[in-house]
Amino acid sequence: MQRSHLPLWAAALALSCVPAMAQKTASQGIDEYRAMLQDGNPSELFEAKGEDLWKQKRGPKSASLEKCDLGKGPGVVKGAFVELPRFFADTGRVQDLESRLLTCMETLQGFNAADIAKTGFGKGEQNTVTALATWIASESKDMRFNLSQSHPQEKTFYEVGKRLFFQRGGPHDFACASCHGEDGKRIRLQDLPNLTKNPGDGVGFAAWPAYRVSNGQMWGMQQRLNDCYRQQRFPYPGFGSDATIALGVYLGVNSKGSASIAPAIKR
Amino acid sequence: MNKTSAWTLTALAAVVVAGCATGPSVAELNDLARQVAKASFRDEGIVKADKVLNTDETSRLCSEADVAGKPLDEATAKRIEETNLKAIKWPSDGKFLGDWKQGEAIAQSGRGLTFTDTADTVNGGNCYNCHQIDQKEISFGTIGPSLYNYGKIRGVTDPNSEAAKPIVEYTWGKIWNSKAYNACSNMPRAGHMGILSEAQVRHVVALLLDPNSPVNK
Repeated sequence: MQRSHLPLWAAALALSCVPAMAQKTASQGIDEYRAMLQDGNPSELFEAKGEDLWKQKRGPKSASLEKCDLGKGPGVVKGAFVELPRFFADTGRVQDLESRLLTCMETLQGFNAADIAKTGFGKGEQNTVTALATWIASESKDMRFNLSQSHPQEKTFYEVGKRLFFQRGGPHDFACASCHGEDGKRIRLQDLPNLTKNPGDGVGFAAWPAYRVSNGQMWGMQQRLNDCYRQQRFPYPGFGSDATIALGVYLGVNSKGSASIAPAIKR
Repeated sequence: MNKTSAWTLTALAAVVVAGCATGPSVAELNDLARQVAKASFRDEGIVKADKVLNTDETSRLCSEADVAGKPLDEATAKRIEETNLKAIKWPSDGKFLGDWKQGEAIAQSGRGLTFTDTADTVNGGNCYNCHQIDQKEISFGTIGPSLYNYGKIRGVTDPNSEAAKPIVEYTWGKIWNSKAYNACSNMPRAGHMGILSEAQVRHVVALLLDPNSPVNK
């Protein structure tokens, strides 16, 4: 937490020198830039904020989230991230990390979950959810994904998620699979993981939440999916909607056994 | 959100009960996925949920084949291709080639039709996202094949000649409606779905087939 973020500035400076580096070859320069990004990750700031917010008494009920059950019992954070989404008996539904946090913020702290779900990314209590998700993910760093498929709803959500993944639509006929259905493909220079199977340690589902250098924002999985759908020319997926959770189950189950690197750093 | 969840839950519960012993059937899951999508997506900006989710037969059958992990049977694929081929609008003035320079700008642009775009955004073709085209552009995707030397490889020296006609028409048709030639192609149907105008398609055809275009150098 106390680490200097100088390396990131160094990376930013290097980026401004990309044209000079391009004389080697452009792709070498880009590889070097990506390597330098790994030196410092501002997500540490969001982790610290998230940990504070977890312990702080907040909301109409002036309570902390320390009794929140993320699936492994009230207050258990370590290892929870790599088992989500999962079925929760108290709500009777499959939930991902972010929708589960809304439940806890509502039941423990008295916030209105529906209002937070309607709030735009990067605004108000959505920032709380992102910081919390970042810290909770960091507590499972290097652990391996192991989502449950034992409840019938978890199995059904996987099957629904798979169908949504392959659902072509909109003016471009794009599905998630249009970009993420084959090995070794790129969009422009961006490598695309094949998400129809296990893409490996720290790839795809195992990399979010992540700090995005290009816009200086911390994104949770909900925002990642939202922006994918935006680029697919799909309509707006509701925050914590069943479609986003079903997709999370499909991606998470496919990633079984892969190590989480979240919070990651992205271009 | 609560209303939506409750609604979807009812549907889920119905499926779980119906498929008690063996789990829900493929048809039930397909139906449930449609209901979940309907309950989860909403209109935003210029994007209307109904329009996006109610796809045509081409998209629906290809999606189902993808889920099953099996390509469409030959007869269905052929039928889809024929339907899409019939729907191609050929150039109203018989002119297939426009200005390759404008075609390059259209190929570069990935703008338009997202829920953060406005109705007056000029749509791009998204071509470089998936294809290599002009060799000078190193930032190209690899989902589609390289189009560098597209016309040259196909022996097009004069796009207005009778000899070039089949290639010229195919190129127009492929850009206008890719599914006319490959039922479940990953490529958008740029003309058919109104992504690009007739004039824009003409410019992109020129980018690929004009002997003066950098593509054919």
